[in-house]
Order: sequence, then structure tokens, then C-alpha cells
Amino acid sequence: MRIGELPDERGHFGPYGGIFVAETLIAALDELRREYELARKDAAFMAEFRHELKHYVGRPSPIYHAKRWSEHLGGAQIYLKREDLNHTGAHKINNTIGQALLARRMGKKRVIAETGAGQHGVASATVAARYGMECVVYMGADDVVRQSPNVFRMKLLGATVVPVSSGSKTLKDALNEAMRDWVTNVESTFYILGTAAGPHPYPMLVRDFQSVIGDECLTQMPDMIGRQPDAVIACVGGGSNAIGIFYPYIDHKNVRLIGVEAGGDGVATGRHAAPLSAGTPGVLHGFRSYLMQDENGQIIETHSISAGLDYPGVGPEHAWLKDSGRAEYVAINDDEALRAFHDLCRFEGIIPALESSHALAHAAKIAPGMSKDQVLLVNLSGRGDKDINTVAKLSGIEL
Amino acid sequence: MSRISSVFEQLKAQHKTALIPFVTAGDPDPQLTVPILHALAAAGADIIELGVPFSDPMADGPTIQRASERALKHHIGLKDVLALVAEFRKTNTATPIVLMGYANPVEHMGYETFAKNAAAAGVDGVLTVDIPPEESTGVADVFAAHGVDMIFLLSPTTPEARINVVAQKASGFVYYVSLKGVTGSASLDLTEVASHIPAIREHCGLPVGVGFGIRDGETAHAIARFADAVVIGSRIVQEIENSPREKIIENLTNFVRGIRVAIDAK
Repeated sequence: MRIGELPDERGHFGPYGGIFVAETLIAALDELRREYELARKDAAFMAEFRHELKHYVGRPSPIYHAKRWSEHLGGAQIYLKREDLNHTGAHKINNTIGQALLARRMGKKRVIAETGAGQHGVASATVAARYGMECVVYMGADDVVRQSPNVFRMKLLGATVVPVSSGSKTLKDALNEAMRDWVTNVESTFYILGTAAGPHPYPMLVRDFQSVIGDECLTQMPDMIGRQPDAVIACVGGGSNAIGIFYPYIDHKNVRLIGVEAGGDGVATGRHAAPLSAGTPGVLHGFRSYLMQDENGQIIETHSISAGLDYPGVGPEHAWLKDSGRAEYVAINDDEALRAFHDLCRFEGIIPALESSHALAHAAKIAPGMSKDQVLLVNLSGRGDKDINTVAKLSGIEL
Repeated sequence: MSRISSVFEQLKAQHKTALIPFVTAGDPDPQLTVPILHALAAAGADIIELGVPFSDPMADGPTIQRASERALKHHIGLKDVLALVAEFRKTNTATPIVLMGYANPVEHMGYETFAKNAAAAGVDGVLTVDIPPEESTGVADVFAAHGVDMIFLLSPTTPEARINVVAQKASGFVYYVSLKGVTGSASLDLTEVASHIPAIREHCGLPVGVGFGIRDGETAHAIARFADAVVIGSRIVQEIENSPREKIIENLTNFVRGIRVAIDAK
């Protein structure tokens, strides 16, 4: 089967993906799958989705040539896909609009979401307000502290934020708690999953909703430079912004696809969040993929400067793209990401999200070794306003 | 015939309902697990569900999640759990043990290795909460080859047509989750629970255990009137959580005896 035609009908990307959930959720996932199959073939549904992306999100997002930074690096030209300019400041809104429209189509009046950095929580709270739905967001208690501006944003938008104090108090625990809520309230509630992970059909439908990113690039790049880029680079936590920009490029075999994981203190230290670089396959949160786990198959705590990448698993399609060799995956450490963050601020007047800074850092790493007519397209998946407290603290500044 | 099947046969002949308590291996510490298993058997457990601690117990409520966290503080892994079962088997060859847990520790050990080691340790059945029948192809065969029953869940949201799918893969017994929600949830509508059982019996010849939300003798008695087994988890784990270490065995024994009496009452 052609890579781009995956998953199969039970959500498998090769050995990855699938539906690994307790029996209580099976019927809900079946219902979601059926409804999504109908919706994607429904011209009116897709037209409304596109309408919302244009008039509410502000799409298409531009591509910007980071000329000064490229010149400074002295090699390949770096182009940025400006998802940071979307309403709510990140790519997450593409997916939450799609899922909220599905929820409305299914007659669900209550939506729940998990969030790490808070971007998906904000995007979920936003669409819940937009469509008049009740919204509950689960967030690790540590992340509630790390990302307090986003917590307040969600509350302003009318959402209830529930801090999760179990386990490592981060994204994975928020996901556990959201799943528990869904099991309990399965008939009234739609679970807006924030990344291209979880049980089928989520990895597929999140990918499809996020593919608007890559679809736009496919026409924007030739308009700007007369051809497609030499490589597309995106950060990978769960992997939704990366799969969104990679997917339309899968058949463009001359375009390298490079996913950048969070290397934390360095992959060799064990303190990182890079399952594709240093993990092994396993089952978590309803799907099979690469995971960070110990010798007993327990999920281990991850570390990253960016809350949005601080997740021990990765979307199953990335696992498959890695094994098939179509995409390559690397890790960028906290300090490298931070340097790229500051560089983009100073050279281009753009404050990037710390998540996206990982992709930028890898571009900065490889650009100098490339020729000046080569082109790197980086998915600037979010803006960094939410991260200024973290960065200030690292610089020893109290805001 | 498997140890699980013969227990159900014997109970059926005596017109009795099985009592299946659940405890998490290694909770509150690994040294106490085997004494707890013996105490449960002595207090009237017919089968024991032994939880395999997992870092991300998605289908469990806070009570069993905390039990997992207590056990994991002792770094107890799946191979340690199997060693505890083997230890229990040295002096008890009658009471079936069903391991209950999540896919990843088993997947990490390897299904074949796990099935072989589990059978050798004296494990009778395995319930991996997040492996539904559709994902069990291959796994079920491996377990069957080693004589380990694969137990599946049915829930209030399971459509009638799907009961067949589950029944075809299941062995030992099926576990009907009596409410929508995680383990340890509160309210249980007995009429609602009872109304689902006939459809299950129509499509599935295996004994039907009922669990989730059973917290006292009264509920256990009511469930026992239409189920083949009553499963009690969170309420028993609470007994462990709330007792000083030296009183755990005594308190568990008293609680389980009380449930036994309630189930057997006509």
C-alpha cells in the first residue's frame, strides 16, 4: 500500500497505530469514525471547514523568507510557514475547528481536551466559545504553573481548566484524565484530541485537518521560488504540525522531510522527550508507536524546555515514516532551541514558540553546510508570547 | 479444563456465585502481596484478580491509580509480579489468578515470553484492559497455546452485534463493566446492569463476571443474583490504602468475609 493511503480501516500504519482502548470507548470511536467518513465526503461540511479556516483563522498563512537570518547563517535559504500568525497563535486551531464541526454534526454539546503548553487548550476553548459548547480542559498541574498566561486565556474564553496532579503532572497525565472523563461521559461528550496520536481515527483525522498547512505550501513555494523546497522541517511532540506539513509532501520524493524531537539536556543524558530518536515501540494512550519507557515497560518521565513537546510518545504515522525511511528524525537540545529562539527574535523580529524553535535550530544547524540556492522550509508552528516567562526565567529575569 | 473453568463448574454445581477480589501487586509493598493473596483465598475468594502496576492506568479511577503508584515506588515490574504468583502457587494450587493490567508491560516483555512465563508461574488468565478483540489477533493464539485464558471486557456501550466478536476471542469468563466510567466510580443502577445480561448470555456461553461500582455486601448480593461472578476492586484497594500495614490482612479478611456471606445469602 502506498504510504499516503494509510492508515488501514482499523487505523494501522504498518505495525503502528490501531485502537488500544478499554471496551467502553470502542463504540464511541466507531461512531466517530463513521461520522468522519461521512463528513469528509460531505461537500457542505468541507466547505464550512474551509470557510472557517479562511475567515476565522485567517488562512492561508503566509510563507516568509527569513533573509537576514539565512545570510547570517551563510548557507541555505530558510523559509518559514507562518502558522504563528493564525488566530490563537498556533497551528492547533486548524484541528480544533475541524473537530468542533464534527462535534456539532454529532450533536455533542460538551467538548473536552488535554493540553500541554496550553495552545491546544486555548484553541479548544476558542472553538467551544465560537460554537457555543461547554469546554473542559485537562492540564498537568506542573504545566498549569509553567503556562499560566494560557490558563488565564482559557478561562477568559469560558473554559474550565482542571489541573491534573497524578503521575508526572504533565501532558501524558492530562491525556489519561481526559480519556477517563470521556469514558464516563461518552454519550454527551466529544473529545477534541490535540495531536496526531491516540486511538484511530484521531491520528488520521488530525492529520487530515492539519494537512491544510502542507497543501498551502505546495502552491505557495512554487509561487515564491519556482519550485518545491529541498527539505521541510518541523518539530515533533505528538506530531500534528509535522504531519500537517509533511503529509502533502510524501509523494514529492525529492523533498526531504525532517522531524525534530526535543532533546532536552541531550539524548545521551536520558533527560529528553525524543522517542523516535531513543525510544522503543510500545502501546500507550490507545495506539502503538515509539515510546519512552523503562526495562519494565513503564512510561518514563520526559524532559523538555517546551511543554508542548514534553510527551513520551509520538503519533503512529511518524513511527511509520521513520521505519519506512521516508522521513528522518533528529533531536535538538534545550540550549540549541533557546539559541534559535533568540536568533529569530533578533534577526527577523519574530518571537517563535519554544516548540517551533527546535525546528528552527535544526535548520540553523544544517543550513551552513548547504549551498545558498538550496531552500529549507520550516514550519513555524506557533508564536512565542506564551514562552516569555520561561525564557525570562532562564535569563535570570523576573517579569 | 482450565483452573478458571473448573472453578465456575464447581460453583455452578453448588448454585453459588464466584467472588473475585482485585488487588494490585506490590501494594502497599511487594513483601505483603503473597500474604494478601493467601488471606483473600482464605476469606472466600474463588478467583483473584492481580493488578499489574502501570504508570498510565487510563481506565482506572484515582483509587487503583494510587495503588499502582504505591507499587511502582518499589520498582515492581511484570517479571516481579510473575515471581509473586509463583511464590503464591507454592502453597495454593487451587485459586485461579487472573492478571489484570495494560498492554505495554506485556508488549515490552514480548507476548510469547510473557505467555510462557505466566503459565510457568501459575497464572490462569490475563485481562489487558487496552487490548480489545480486534487487536488481539495473534495474542489470543499465543495465550491459548500456553493454556492462559484471555479475558475480555464487555460494557454498557457494547452493541449487541459486537458481543459475538468478543465471545469468539474470550476464554475463561467475560467481564461485564457495570457502568460507564473508570474503576471506583460511584453510582450503580442494578436494574440497568441486570437488563444487559440476557443479551450477553444469548451470544456468549462463558460465565459472566460483573464489576465496577460494587462497594458493599448489599450490592454484591444483588449482582450475585444474575451474575456468575462478582468482581470487587477499588473498595478492596481502599481497605489496603486506609489500613495501617500491620492491620491490612485482618481488615481485608473481615471485608472479604462479609462480601462472601452477602453473596452466598439466599
